[in-house]
Amino acid sequence: MTSPLQQKLKINGSSVVTANRTWDGVVVYRTAAKGWSADLADAAIVRNSDEAKALLAEAVADDVGAIGPYIAPVQVDEAGKILPGNLREQIRRDGVTIDLPV
Amino acid sequence: MYAYDEIDRTLVNERVSEFRDQVQRRLSGELTEDEFKMLRLQNGVYLQLHAYMFRVAIPYGTLASNQLRRLAHVARKYDRGYGHFTTRQNIQFNWIKLSDLPDALADLAEVGIHAMQTSGNNMRNVTSDQWAGVAPGEIEDPRIWSELIRQHTTLHPEFSFLPRKFKIAITASDHDRAAIKVHDIGLRLIKNEKNETGFEVLVGGGLGRTPFIGKTIKHFVHGRDLLSYIEAILRVYNQYGRRDNIYKARIKILVHELGIEKFSREVEEEWQHIRNSSLQIDDEVIEDIRSRFIYPAYEKLPHMPDELRQAAADPDFEAWRKNSVAAHKNPGYSIVTISLKPIGAPPGDATAEQMDALADLADTYSFGEIRVGHEQNLALPHVAKRDLPALWKALDKLGLATPNVNLITDIIACPGLDYCSLANARSIPIAQELTRRFANHELANLIGRLHINISGCINACGHHHVGHIGILGVEKNGEEVYQITIGGRADESAALGNLIGPGVKFDEVADVVEDIVEAYLALRERPEELFVDTVKRLGVEPFKERVYATR
Amino acid sequence: MPLVNGGKIADDSFVKLAVDTPLPEGGDVLVPAERFLSDTDALLKRGGKVGVIWPNNRDIGELVPHLGEIAVVALVFPSFRDGRAYSQARLLRERYNYRGELRATGQVLRDQFVFMLRAGFDSFEVKKQADAEAFMQTAKRYSVFYQPTGDGRITALHRRMQLRHSEGVGT
Repeated sequence: MTSPLQQKLKINGSSVVTANRTWDGVVVYRTAAKGWSADLADAAIVRNSDEAKALLAEAVADDVGAIGPYIAPVQVDEAGKILPGNLREQIRRDGVTIDLPV
Repeated sequence: MYAYDEIDRTLVNERVSEFRDQVQRRLSGELTEDEFKMLRLQNGVYLQLHAYMFRVAIPYGTLASNQLRRLAHVARKYDRGYGHFTTRQNIQFNWIKLSDLPDALADLAEVGIHAMQTSGNNMRNVTSDQWAGVAPGEIEDPRIWSELIRQHTTLHPEFSFLPRKFKIAITASDHDRAAIKVHDIGLRLIKNEKNETGFEVLVGGGLGRTPFIGKTIKHFVHGRDLLSYIEAILRVYNQYGRRDNIYKARIKILVHELGIEKFSREVEEEWQHIRNSSLQIDDEVIEDIRSRFIYPAYEKLPHMPDELRQAAADPDFEAWRKNSVAAHKNPGYSIVTISLKPIGAPPGDATAEQMDALADLADTYSFGEIRVGHEQNLALPHVAKRDLPALWKALDKLGLATPNVNLITDIIACPGLDYCSLANARSIPIAQELTRRFANHELANLIGRLHINISGCINACGHHHVGHIGILGVEKNGEEVYQITIGGRADESAALGNLIGPGVKFDEVADVVEDIVEAYLALRERPEELFVDTVKRLGVEPFKERVYATR
Repeated sequence: MPLVNGGKIADDSFVKLAVDTPLPEGGDVLVPAERFLSDTDALLKRGGKVGVIWPNNRDIGELVPHLGEIAVVALVFPSFRDGRAYSQARLLRERYNYRGELRATGQVLRDQFVFMLRAGFDSFEVKKQADAEAFMQTAKRYSVFYQPTGDGRITALHRRMQLRHSEGVGT
């Protein structure tokens, strides 16, 4: 298995590091304060592969805190609001695109 | 249904306490995620997009009412009030916390339910015909053998770290409802000329990235040799199956690369070493397992009771009866399929309230027994015909009387990108839109039997290759694109579908399916010719022409 | 890496030799398969005991002619996900009647102990100290076993038969 740190990093634009919290599985984002937040607004933004690698390395080191960290694309709008960069990340932030049965 | 004894219960409880210890070590940091991942998978715990997913086994699709109530309890207490029935006689909970899992497992263990080996590279839930034991014409109840294999492969010391997952399905009917030809091992229960029970053994079937229809490796394996023969197959696979590439690690690739002749020679040689060992099953052992399957005390009831005669005047009841009620081996009874495919809803989902209510209905009308089929529907296997009208009314109130079993809106779909971290595209919204397009029951009936299967990625959990119409979601340049195949089937004539043309966008899928169906209605020779038979007769071309003429 | 032998953490008298390490005068040595097969006589003539490290992708049948002469067979788990050595272990114990020490090496973790014991291993080079210390406790985790293996534990099926007979069911 290739460790996430050995994988080639190609960063197009703004990105964040995201994972799932170990004890409950909730989607979390790596913050600049070396922690995790369930709110994308708190995520540290990286803009090149060196920054991304550094943030990811920090996230991977916290194996007890969160599982499977990876770099995910985001868009930052004019007001500075962070938005998910693709459908998968949108679903991870907002939940399923369908009505739940209950 | 199978009643656990103290021995089975002890094992399940020991497994729960082992998992509790493993979770505790994970949460304390003693176990890394890399180490824990395999351990949690061996107990059915995945990580999906939003949370952990917990997959619970329903061996050979048989549930007792108290077990279904307990599943409802888990949905309510530890999840979000619903569960999802899968294509392999499992139920999945999508929102569970790792820290709650040991308690959820302990609650399930009290009623003899577990999640052992519902994931991981080991022997998965041994599935069977959901009508086992009640279908007319069945040779004998295949679940006795499923249970024997289940026990033998549970926590197997040699085969818990196979190259890849391993799935077995068994049928004992001519009509295969268990999709045995697309399993790693498929077993067809048969009798030899001495009227002894045995199995035709198929090997190397499977879907996923490289789909194969299973090949017959041995035409007759005597029942007493079943475990040793399976053990021989697994031993050859464990030693020679590929471990260098996850996409080539299933037994189907080994069988394909060696060829069935060479593979079967390897198995035969291994089998000769072990067939006369303690793996040989004597009749007494089989009888012991059989004795713990509890069969209802059927009454002698009329084939056509007055209640049924009177209810026939109600066209809604008749539509449901014709669609969802099947013949039972006992003429006073019926098998009732309960569609978990209401128009506009996610296929295979049931709420905790529905599960509780169904458990009550099973107690009232079906000797407390419920079945789960690979088409993601449930069934009540022993309903007296006189009770059908009352049962229908009760089901209708619960939203569980949609008369669409085996019709175009009875769609198999994986959770797709709405839940699954492996998915590339969504499946559920596609299924929902299709059910709305074909919501009209007259239309669906006019079309007749037509299975649509949808997968959100190449792993094929939605069995798209064997759908009469198969839909595979992929990602192309950041967009969801769907490839459509026609002509697949999963039954005794199992076949893989053929691609009809270039992939289409999310919004176009339902239009394309409508075009395919229109083409079929125009092309079929007579109303009885099923979609899949028209495709077989004419091939893909005439469908392709019509679908892509305007695109 | 602690060694568990006979259920306890124990000293390892064996020194592992690489393919080209000079052979020491005395003492117990554990050598790779290829060295053992190419240098069998010289190795067996020495004073100390000889063990073999056998890779999980090599036919265990090749070792069978020498099983009476060696003190340890060490099978390898390159990853805890790779289960080939379980089959090799069962073949050694159950088909070839090997009675010497059967050692699990590589990625050996607590949660595999029960499987390994059932497959016939009796010594373990354990990756983590805490796992080695938990050996006895972990080995007792299960009291019910569904499959017959060479470890002789009674299977659930047979225990049921015994219970039936003792209860006089069917008589």
